[in-house]
Amino acid sequence: MSGIPDGFQYTEEHEYVCEAGTEGEYLVGITDYAQGELGDVVFVELPAPGDAFEKMEVFGTIEAVKAVSDLYCPISGEVVAINETLDEDPALVNSDPYGEGWMIRIRVIDPSELDDLLSPEAYASLIED
Amino acid sequence: MSELKRTPLYEAHVALGAKIVPFAGFEMPVQYPTGITREHTAVRTSAGMFDVSHMGEFLVEGPGALAFVSYVTTNDPALLSLGQVQYSVFCLQDGGIVDDLLVYRMGEQRFRLVVNGANIDKDWAHVAGLAGDFDVELSNESDDIGLIALQGPSAEAILQPLVDVELAPIGFYWFAEGHVDGVPGIISRTGYTGEAGFELYLPPEATRAVWDRLLEVGGERGLIPAGLGSRDSLRLEMGYALYGNDIDEHTTPLEAGLSWLVKLGKDSFVGQDALRAQKEEGLSRRLRGFRLAERGFPRPGYDVIFRGAAVGPVRSGTLSPSLGAGIGTVYLPAEAKAGDPVSVRIRDRDIPGEVVPMPFYDGGSLRR
Repeated sequence: MSGIPDGFQYTEEHEYVCEAGTEGEYLVGITDYAQGELGDVVFVELPAPGDAFEKMEVFGTIEAVKAVSDLYCPISGEVVAINETLDEDPALVNSDPYGEGWMIRIRVIDPSELDDLLSPEAYASLIED
Repeated sequence: MSELKRTPLYEAHVALGAKIVPFAGFEMPVQYPTGITREHTAVRTSAGMFDVSHMGEFLVEGPGALAFVSYVTTNDPALLSLGQVQYSVFCLQDGGIVDDLLVYRMGEQRFRLVVNGANIDKDWAHVAGLAGDFDVELSNESDDIGLIALQGPSAEAILQPLVDVELAPIGFYWFAEGHVDGVPGIISRTGYTGEAGFELYLPPEATRAVWDRLLEVGGERGLIPAGLGSRDSLRLEMGYALYGNDIDEHTTPLEAGLSWLVKLGKDSFVGQDALRAQKEEGLSRRLRGFRLAERGFPRPGYDVIFRGAAVGPVRSGTLSPSLGAGIGTVYLPAEAKAGDPVSVRIRDRDIPGEVVPMPFYDGGSLRR
């Protein structure tokens, strides 16, 4: 299914995690379902590189036309980069949530935390309800 | 809670992929797949089309119609010529606003009152309860009328080929009776967006056909359907009041900046004594616009800080798509003036801004 890529993992709060191409680093963003529910994203408040977050700690907020939502960090780790293009073009979260709309790049502390996240199948059944 | 109602255009919204939300007791489209920002921009630059069939319509007929409408509204319907429309409010005896409305002069002894969808039952009880001393007949036509708002600089060019009346001579806040693609209705040069445009009052059974036809012929001029989300950001950029946010039973038209709707010198009307007294004593607060100087989305309910103290909630607020800045309204002490610093508490931060005159946006096609 196009809305929930394979190889990604998900939270019940509609964030995703995917491998960033460097060992131990992951990209975090929100799912296609989440951006659709939020509507037009008007800005995204992200942390600074170097900030560290516990699993499911709030790392930022996403402001859409209809509502504001907290962003939850799916895994504990340190932010090594943020997607600075979202500052200029927050609508990338709507148009390409799994690609150009990524939010933070995080270096994980404990890779075993990834096992607690939802598989694409489990996330698909979550949003069907 | 009673079951949500559907407008004659509900099926059209679903077919267009709209996101449907409960609003004013109806299942209404908040946005289409294009999204609120593009719908907003379409209305500002070409045209957008809104289903506003949830609005209520009351017909007032009889020898006492003019006197009755004058008694229940604060503006003066005697100023209306046949074919003219007037913005007005119903007040309580204490001056609080029951609703804001449009008054259409349909005939010498016939007026149509167009009220907010969320207030139909309340307004009906209010006006029916005041009708006893007047020689009038009231009818609630709310379920018998479909209403499409076609708004934007291209609206007239889109509509003209479909109607049998000449649109150019119809002035702002005037209307004509005619046919839209063969369907009889009222073509009213009114709106809630600050752009040129029309509101079309139609028989419910034919409203869908007109909606589809407009989309078909208007598409090449950039017409797209637009939902409640963009309707709200468009009206707020113009500083137009929204009942339930900017005005309610605990605010008076004088406080809300609607003193131009209050004709204290006419014959007796509901709220006259209280409004006269408030005018003589002077206002303690006034609805003002603010604009944020830093990035922030001032949502209704957030605290507004003025001279170091929280003075009340944001009444209406949005991130203005046209201005790219947070804008909103708030009741401030009457001495507040444009340029005064004000801030909005957004989560744990006070985002600075200043009091600005309304409208916030002055680039609309309405006055061009």
